[in-house]
Amino acid sequence: MKKQPLFPYDWIVLPILGTAVVILFWVILSSTVSKDLPDPAKTWEESRLYIFEPFADRGMQDKGILSLLGLSLLTVAKGYFLALLIGVPLGFALGLSDAFAKMFDPIIQVLRPVSPLAWLPLGVILFFGTGKDANPWGALFTIALCSMWPTVLNTAVGVRAVPQDYLNVARVLKLSKWKTLWKILVPATLPYMFTGFRISLGIAWLAIVAAEMLTGTAGVGGFLWSEYNAGNNSRIILCIAAIGLVGFVLDKLMGLAEAQFKTA
Amino acid sequence: MSFLQIQNATKSFGSGTSRHTVLRDINLTVEKGEFVAIVGYSGSGKTTLINMLAGLGRPDCGSVTINGTEITEPGPDRGIVFQNYSLLPWMTVFENIYLAVDQIFPNWTAQRKKEETERNIALVNLTRARDKKPGELSGGMRQRVSVARALAMDPQVLLLDEPLGALDALTRGTLQTEIEDIWRRSKKTVVLITNDVEEGIVLADRIIPLSKGPDATLGPAVKVELPRPRDRKALAHDETFKSIKLKVLDYLLGEGARTKTTVTRTLILPDIEPEDITHQPISWSLSSRPKRKKEMHETKIEI
Ligand SMILES: Nc1ncnc2c1ncn2[C@@H]1O[C@H](COP(=O)(O)OP(=O)(O)O)[C@@H](O)[C@H]1O
Ligand SMILES: [Mg+2]
Repeated sequence: MKKQPLFPYDWIVLPILGTAVVILFWVILSSTVSKDLPDPAKTWEESRLYIFEPFADRGMQDKGILSLLGLSLLTVAKGYFLALLIGVPLGFALGLSDAFAKMFDPIIQVLRPVSPLAWLPLGVILFFGTGKDANPWGALFTIALCSMWPTVLNTAVGVRAVPQDYLNVARVLKLSKWKTLWKILVPATLPYMFTGFRISLGIAWLAIVAAEMLTGTAGVGGFLWSEYNAGNNSRIILCIAAIGLVGFVLDKLMGLAEAQFKTA
Repeated sequence: MSFLQIQNATKSFGSGTSRHTVLRDINLTVEKGEFVAIVGYSGSGKTTLINMLAGLGRPDCGSVTINGTEITEPGPDRGIVFQNYSLLPWMTVFENIYLAVDQIFPNWTAQRKKEETERNIALVNLTRARDKKPGELSGGMRQRVSVARALAMDPQVLLLDEPLGALDALTRGTLQTEIEDIWRRSKKTVVLITNDVEEGIVLADRIIPLSKGPDATLGPAVKVELPRPRDRKALAHDETFKSIKLKVLDYLLGEGARTKTTVTRTLILPDIEPEDITHQPISWSLSSRPKRKKEMHETKIEI
């Protein structure tokens, strides 16, 4: 159903208005109570370099904004795909086997709400003794673990929601277990899975910043933390804007992919 | 021994206090090549009955046999057209039917399987819709795909569960003629479930009423001795036709309609529209199968 526009071009005018209100609030805040908060002009002045030289490499953390985002995205991609790789089969097992669900549902429900910040130290500890650089591996572990749950649970719910009719078709045609999985269960579960994938990606992106901040790994979160420690408050705001924009774009992309399977 | 036989079968669902008997003392014999129609109220247990023949559900007691062997599971000798068609929405018409052909004739070459699939599509006049998905088809076309899929198994028995129940009256008429044609040409044994007495008489050699549930049972069979092919228009004034209809209705409205209790139950509606799960809140609990909202429909029925 398409809504009537409130007035011509409301889809462009209203968002600009909303953003202006927020910026106005920011200006007032920075000139009254929060004197350390840079105002928009100062923020722009001090962040410009990072935007105009997006791929600059001036040091371990001191890079152009796109370089930083690229590093973070790379870590997220690794952790996220690890999450899907584990999460989807785990979800199918939970959805298909009552015994398996009864065994692991409680522990999953307890582990699920734990924040990435809480997991991270454990992740780093896990890799201490392995001779590898524990920090990036711990970050990867945290991202994979935290972003896995929505995929696991949505897949499991989707498998359980496969209509009995489709399963009857499989029985009448005597499809093998394997064929039933690939021809019936997976396609019937895909829309649920994609909802899970989308939520998981959002969480992975949330977790990366926390992970980089705590471990000091290079990336947009690590940069944010080092700039905070150096007192360059403007660039904290730059980072927040960049993180938000990337998260928004990722969610939109997943939304498009999800829509492909909506009617399947 | 008859070709297809149900003897003293009883079927209940649920356990403990919620246990209820749906079918009781069902006896049915179908001869090879015969067309039998079973007509009854909705909710009386028609699908339960045909599921027993298909091997999708076993009776609590009694026996169901084909060619003298007990039916314990579905098999390629029994093709079924489900009440809500049960086409796989992510596959095209061709793929839906190819899936059946591929299962039943695994040793054929890909080319031969493809030809057999095409032949079955042509049989139900759907060649032009070959590459469409079920969501893009009308109800009548989906019904045809479902029939073609059942025929593709080349079964000895065709089980039709209210195949025309979801269609408008005019489409029903056309498809009735098609079903009769298919039966005459293929000489398969057909068990047709319907809620329309006239449809049963037009198509079948024998029509059997199923009483109102719970504890539904089959009434006396009525032979339909009308010459074929049957002309639906002319039949309306035929005396034999009228007397058969009267006999069946007599049973359904009289003895077969004893009022027992009132129950509230949740019907599962045929899921024909494409799914839209975007606005459906996901339940995080894994304890039960989540029903899609659209499937549920609460009704109160007097029985
Ligand atoms: N799997 C099931 N579990 C519990 N009750 C069922 C099940 N299948 C059917 N029933 C019940 O059996 C009765 C007959 O159902 P059904 O055979 O689908 O009727 P019909 O096809 O004649 O409309 C209904 O009351 C229904 O609720
Ligand atoms: Mg039914």
